[in-house]
Amino acid sequence: MLKKLRRALAVLFWAGITLLLLDFSGALNHWLGWMAKVQFLPAVMALNLAVIALLVLLTLVFGRVYCSVICPLGVYQDGVSGFRGLLSKKARRRFHYRKEHKWLRYGIWALFVIAIIAGVHAFVVILAPYSAYGRIIQSIFQPVVVWGNNLLAAWSERAGNYAFYPKEAWLRSLPVLITAAVTLVVVTILAWKGGRTYCNDICPVGTTLSFFSRFSIFRPVIDADKCKNCHICEHECKASCIDISTHTIDHTRCVDCFNCISACKFDALHYQNRFLHAASGLGRKDKEEAEKSPSTGRRAFLVGAAAAVGTATLKAAAKKTDGGFAEILPKQAPEREIPLTPPGSKSVKDFYTRCTACQLCVAECPNDVLRASGSLEHFLQPEMSYEKGYCRPECTRCSELCPSGAITRITREEKTDYHIGLASVDRTMCITENPAEQVGVSVDCGLCARHCPVGAILMVPVDPDDPEGRKHPVVMEDLCIGCGACENLCPVRPVSAIRVNGRQNHK
Amino acid sequence: MERREFLKISGAAAAGAVIGACAGGGSKAPSKPAAPVGDGMVMRENPVSGDKVSLLGFGCMRWPMVKQPDGSEIIDQEAVNQMVDYAIEHGVNYFDTSPAYLQGLSEKAAGEALSRHPRESYYIATKLSNFSDQTPEASLEMYKASFKELKTDYFDYYLLHSIGRGGVAAYRKRYVDNGMVDFLLKEKEAGRIRNLGFSFHGDQAAFEELIALHDSGEMHWDFVQIEMNYIDWRHADGVRNTNAEYLYNELDKREIPIVIMEPLLGGRLASVPEGVARQMKVREPDLSIASWAFRFCGTYPRVLCILSGMTSMEPLEDNIKTFTSFKPLTEEELFFLEQMAVQIKEYPLVNCTDCKYCMPCPFGIDIPGIFKHYNTAITEGTYAQSKEQEDYAKLRRQYLMSYDRAVPRLRQADHCVGCGICLPACPQSIEIPAELRKIDQYVERLREG
Repeated sequence: MLKKLRRALAVLFWAGITLLLLDFSGALNHWLGWMAKVQFLPAVMALNLAVIALLVLLTLVFGRVYCSVICPLGVYQDGVSGFRGLLSKKARRRFHYRKEHKWLRYGIWALFVIAIIAGVHAFVVILAPYSAYGRIIQSIFQPVVVWGNNLLAAWSERAGNYAFYPKEAWLRSLPVLITAAVTLVVVTILAWKGGRTYCNDICPVGTTLSFFSRFSIFRPVIDADKCKNCHICEHECKASCIDISTHTIDHTRCVDCFNCISACKFDALHYQNRFLHAASGLGRKDKEEAEKSPSTGRRAFLVGAAAAVGTATLKAAAKKTDGGFAEILPKQAPEREIPLTPPGSKSVKDFYTRCTACQLCVAECPNDVLRASGSLEHFLQPEMSYEKGYCRPECTRCSELCPSGAITRITREEKTDYHIGLASVDRTMCITENPAEQVGVSVDCGLCARHCPVGAILMVPVDPDDPEGRKHPVVMEDLCIGCGACENLCPVRPVSAIRVNGRQNHK
Repeated sequence: MERREFLKISGAAAAGAVIGACAGGGSKAPSKPAAPVGDGMVMRENPVSGDKVSLLGFGCMRWPMVKQPDGSEIIDQEAVNQMVDYAIEHGVNYFDTSPAYLQGLSEKAAGEALSRHPRESYYIATKLSNFSDQTPEASLEMYKASFKELKTDYFDYYLLHSIGRGGVAAYRKRYVDNGMVDFLLKEKEAGRIRNLGFSFHGDQAAFEELIALHDSGEMHWDFVQIEMNYIDWRHADGVRNTNAEYLYNELDKREIPIVIMEPLLGGRLASVPEGVARQMKVREPDLSIASWAFRFCGTYPRVLCILSGMTSMEPLEDNIKTFTSFKPLTEEELFFLEQMAVQIKEYPLVNCTDCKYCMPCPFGIDIPGIFKHYNTAITEGTYAQSKEQEDYAKLRRQYLMSYDRAVPRLRQADHCVGCGICLPACPQSIEIPAELRKIDQYVERLREG
């Protein structure tokens, strides 16, 4: 019964978060957005005290149900482990009690805490379980969903049905994809072999919660009188924390999956309030040196920020015939001294301190602006760039969703006054400066000025004495919010003539 | 192979049937209704040359294109051959092309398709489309190339392409000062051009000047090609275009044969606003919306030929139907169409006929694609007007989604820099950058929600 309830809730949470990460239409945010917000590490980063208190309380009362129900990576591992269990009874009962790998467990935890304080984000974000899961879904599975959607769109379009809307699937970040793939493989292998190995030997969130689950009120307890020492519960314990020889359970590792309770044929296991039922001696495990466990080797990748500065290559057709299209070069990102982080992030520093790199914002961004940063310093954490779109004035999706407080919630109105960057014009490249060479006629382009949502760009005469003469764009520093409309729409390609640089402190 | 031979035989059999009587088309599936059997294709006689011209002419400006692996486009020759064969089989004998059409590929495709038929079974019309380079050398080269592309040694109808804007001065610059008119008149004497005329886009003053050349004897126009349809009959704006009623009467007075272009305004009169379409269907439940526009032009006797730029078999079959069982409009029906024209004019449509003369835009904008999508939304009534509208959210979503589908993001109106290179190319004199800007602002409002 308890196991069924746990399973149902776990599937519900897992499906909800997975859908949230897969969905690119934003339709589910309203219903499922909270599921990301109750994830532990993001809540810590957001200093979301209510959620932290709730999760700590939950663990103090019920044990590590967080790991069994709320954490999508935990549920995923149960899925893998359970799948192997379906293959044979032997496989299902493949577990044995093993001692706690204290050095590994607490060593990683200590390093993790130090890394958070010292700001070594790569280490933090790679281990964070929810974020690791987010990266897997966003970078590996969302493209599959988008392709499937596009296939459906193509089919239904042929049948005259326009219910599906095609969307471009593009590789936002190779490092994220590779990290996610490695994580997926490692976690899958660990779960296939040893069930909850990741959660109990590596996961810093699991270790943190274990400090509380040690004292949990409700917990599975073995009734030594009834126990026939058949060891079935021990063999079914994917956390390998039941020691039948001493009739004890290591509650720091138990994730309250209740498999043992269901497995026991002699009614010797109960999930009960330990204060009401004077349980048998809760012997602690003796210290043993930590076993070697496969450490997850990960590599860092460098992405060449190849911003080859080239001049615009726009040319008119030589012989006039009708129809056809001029080629449009794809945009290249300019070099930005200060990275662009979304409106809602308080400062670049604050953003990168809090972000756990779960890629939820990347998965959601409808304008293809967010992608993981190319720099080592902000490994796997997102940044903005405007080659495919710009940060549209009406969109506040990432700020609504971010679970870690890296992007705080802002309204549309606030967004018009949220200064994340500053545009500047490269006059040597602007089309208004040397039009004849580029298009054959003089043009007061003004695309940037027309599309600036806050009116921060003006077209002013080049010659102050000739107000009616040729005009070029100027940026009003105090108004520019850095949304990138100008950079994205600038006709100069591949690198725009008007470019946005980040601001360290926003607002 | 066998099937192909069978088609050939059945095609020949059809062609051999009584002239004009439509022989069902042996290649068609029996489940489809047979091609209409009427009085045959309406033929008009050119009083000057004695040509017997089909009232329906084939405009070779809108043939289907297919994308190549390298991204370039070529004409779907197989589809063209099929359409041309079907058209000739059903009595169409006038084919109008230009060196500029379809990225310069139209003449060659027309030559390919037509040269499979005896040369005397059809009339070729092509043009001197010297828009970008008016030197005698370039113009001459263009003229000569047309023979090669069309695989012929004479043109039945040859046009000075799109004059009127800039008046007689522009005409002199493009055709007189470079000696081309003298040259073309000599070619006419030599029999390589059978009829010499011009196609007209412009205001009344320009037309007066051009027709004055005819009256004074400086230039004899064997025929003139004008834009005529039930909108332009009395509702041309007088700047871009002159009322067709005036043009027709002036030409009729002088007994100059008239060829009609844009009878459908680039397809816009084949899909008129719903309220208008309903009234047409109430009167003629089984005739297409487009047939009204063709019958309108065909009702006027000085019209020699009505050009339709047919992209696929369906409009071709429909047009054949219209012209083989042709019913001229009555006085009352003409009055009805005038009412419809007044109603259509009330919609804020962009006057684009999708001729693509403005293309390619050097910045990659799909100008006709944007206008077409916008016009369609207006005529279909799916144009979101205000947030107070009952189904605003639905219409908004529909417009934005269909816009992205019709025109790739990078080719949409928000990328127009306003360079104006397209302006002189537009035969409708549409203020293209201004219209694009209006649509961009509309779309931006929708995007903002």
